[in-house]
Amino acid sequence: MKFGVLVNEGPFTHQCSDSAYQFTKAALEKGHEIFRVFFYYDGVNNANKLAEPPSDDRNLTANWSALAEEHGIDLVVCVAAALRRGLNDDILAPGFRISGLGQLIEAGIQADRLVTFGD
Amino acid sequence: MSDLPPIPPDDDEDDFGVVKKFCYVNRKAPYGTVYALESLEMVLIAAAFDQDVSVVFMDDGVYQIKSDQAPEAAGMKNFSKTYRALEGYDVEKLYVSKESMEERGLTTDDFLVDVEVLDHAALSALMAEQEVVITS
Amino acid sequence: MSKLHTINKSPFDKNSFDSCLTHAEDGSAVLLIEDGVYAAVAGGDVAAKIADASSRLKVYVLGPDLAARGMAEDRIADGVSVVDYGGFVDLAEAHDAVHSWL
Repeated sequence: MKFGVLVNEGPFTHQCSDSAYQFTKAALEKGHEIFRVFFYYDGVNNANKLAEPPSDDRNLTANWSALAEEHGIDLVVCVAAALRRGLNDDILAPGFRISGLGQLIEAGIQADRLVTFGD
Repeated sequence: MSDLPPIPPDDDEDDFGVVKKFCYVNRKAPYGTVYALESLEMVLIAAAFDQDVSVVFMDDGVYQIKSDQAPEAAGMKNFSKTYRALEGYDVEKLYVSKESMEERGLTTDDFLVDVEVLDHAALSALMAEQEVVITS
Repeated sequence: MSKLHTINKSPFDKNSFDSCLTHAEDGSAVLLIEDGVYAAVAGGDVAAKIADASSRLKVYVLGPDLAARGMAEDRIADGVSVVDYGGFVDLAEAHDAVHSWL
């Protein structure tokens, strides 16, 4: 099965990104395909490579980047939401790309299931 | 949302040949959080993909379509007129929860767009038949 | 066609728990995640709502989120089943769409 995942909140302030990450990992472990993970609203902040959480806590940005590298999943940050929040290519973490909302709609159309995580 | 995206031409480029029932469920009030504004942008972009789109306003989401919004007084931008533009984008299926409306002392006279009012049984049935549910 | 509904907020904090249960069709599934897991704990004021829900819906709670919050699985109300993230994925697959009550 193909899954699309929508992440509406940034790292740490809400559990949203953790839940989305754990779901995505579990789906991959079960042999499913992740069509795309789309980051909208404050979710774009998951793509900020400048984040430096304490070393004894998880680094969500790095976790997403590692998942993208290991499994080739498409992590897309909404350009409009990113601009609004000051996230651009200069500070984009590896594995993420900035694109339009159409990529989310495409995920809804092409994936078998779209799962939303948010506040 | 500075300029509205242009009303998409009726071409087949973005069709993918699949039409799904997309439902955007709005449960949050405007201005106190950004969800109303940015979810509306999602609906407009979705219009270009010729999907079968419904928009539901329930719980505090019914406040999003309240008429006479003047957020300039709070230093914010008034995006409420964009709800009236939905029809031009062929997004005409707008639904309001009857119970949410009434428990907030509102009537359809308070809304800036035409909506279909559904009680919870009808709204349940409508949402149950959707294929992609996007919430914020 | 039956949905998987998810609720991620405590029933004492937000109305998403009530709103979801009011609108979830009979036979659909409800998964409590994040702070939503508190609704699954037996003996509190939402017990009656959970009992009613589990009589017409399939109610699940995410084990890792219970553990995170110090809630032992033996404190869960009758009729609520515990799943892990793999179970969450299985539920999403088994239902025709996922409706997250944010």
